Amino acid sequence: MEDLLSLAVKAIFVENLALSFFLGMCTFLAVSKKIPTAMGLGISVMIVQAITVPANNLILTYLLAPGALAWAGFPDVDLTFLGLISYIGVIAALVQILEMVLDKYFPPLYNALGVFLPLITVNCAILGGSLFMVERSYDFSESVTYGVSSGFGWALAITAMAGVREKLKYSDIPDGLQGLGITFITAGLMAMAFMSFSGVKL
Amino acid sequence: MAQTYRSQLIDPLVDNNPITLQVLGICSALAVTSSMKVAFVMAIAVTLVTAFSSMFISILRNQIPNSIRIIVQMVIIASLVILVDQVLKAYAYEISKTLSVFVGLIITNCIVMGRAEAFAMKNPPMASFVDGVGNGLGYGALLMVVSFIRELFGSGSLFGITVLETVNNGGWYLPNGLLLLPPSAFFVIGLLIWAIRAWKPAQVEEREYKIQTVETH
Repeated sequence: MEDLLSLAVKAIFVENLALSFFLGMCTFLAVSKKIPTAMGLGISVMIVQAITVPANNLILTYLLAPGALAWAGFPDVDLTFLGLISYIGVIAALVQILEMVLDKYFPPLYNALGVFLPLITVNCAILGGSLFMVERSYDFSESVTYGVSSGFGWALAITAMAGVREKLKYSDIPDGLQGLGITFITAGLMAMAFMSFSGVKL
Repeated sequence: MAQTYRSQLIDPLVDNNPITLQVLGICSALAVTSSMKVAFVMAIAVTLVTAFSSMFISILRNQIPNSIRIIVQMVIIASLVILVDQVLKAYAYEISKTLSVFVGLIITNCIVMGRAEAFAMKNPPMASFVDGVGNGLGYGALLMVVSFIRELFGSGSLFGITVLETVNNGGWYLPNGLLLLPPSAFFVIGLLIWAIRAWKPAQVEEREYKIQTVETH
């Protein structure tokens, strides 16, 4: 239990997907102009992340890992090279399913989050989360924790960024830095702030 | 055809750079630029994937049903990335270890998807291939500039060869450790964007709010 808690803290603050691995940067910079939209996207990422990381973990353990197909009578098969294509397939399919389920059963939620869902398939944070899960060989419970907390960390980062940018638009910025330039520098300062969490352990 | 191959190749380098103007493919641009060698490998990998995925998608563009085009594009891109990943693991294992998840993340690199969607779906294969190479090179060029600055001033070397002898090794140069840390990538790219826009004012973004000076009596 303590392991999981420490993993969660690490995934949210110390190894924040957006600010220390730069994952999901394209959407992070493009959709952080207003707080409500940023929050909507953040929540969608968290939900998708919480579903896809454990799902990909199951696929890895029962289908792809060396010897994983032993239950089907192929103990020597190693399909890890198919990893990338299966993960992205799972993500694309799950996002599509999530979109349909939300549309059918939770229309208000769908109206709020719907526009972001297609964006999420190509969000590097989602695929990145799954790839980190593989690289660090998390087990199932760890991957659930990692999925939820890394998604939460990303949501936290983009909401904070949107907060800063909403104030920033009133300030007098040199012409060349206007827009993208100053956003990069702000993100850099935030990343430095998040670095002060490194070393935090529970 | 409006654009020549030449302008397709040259345009993305500065005038229409995928990173500084189109805001695509930033994730990897930031993460792999702390040393030039790694950035170079990454630039080649992305260029190859963009060029070939654009070409294949363009060949298939009339067969792909519109409703499932994203998934078809994903499959093509993912297959190419698996190829690159396997080659890197076989011939450059050390570098592929440093790049870790970022090779896999070429799949979701917006440049590849963006070019497939915006260009390859509407244009013939050869033009798409050239467009892919051009955008890959534009990405690569920015990657090389950023990693040049970060590696030279962060660890005093270029491509792993010492240029500025650091104090630790008995030299005179005190390396700036900040440049090896992740946040510096943001600063370097932010300042580069400033430099490019100072040179090409057409790229400057419109202000949302004009600041006016108020006359006081």
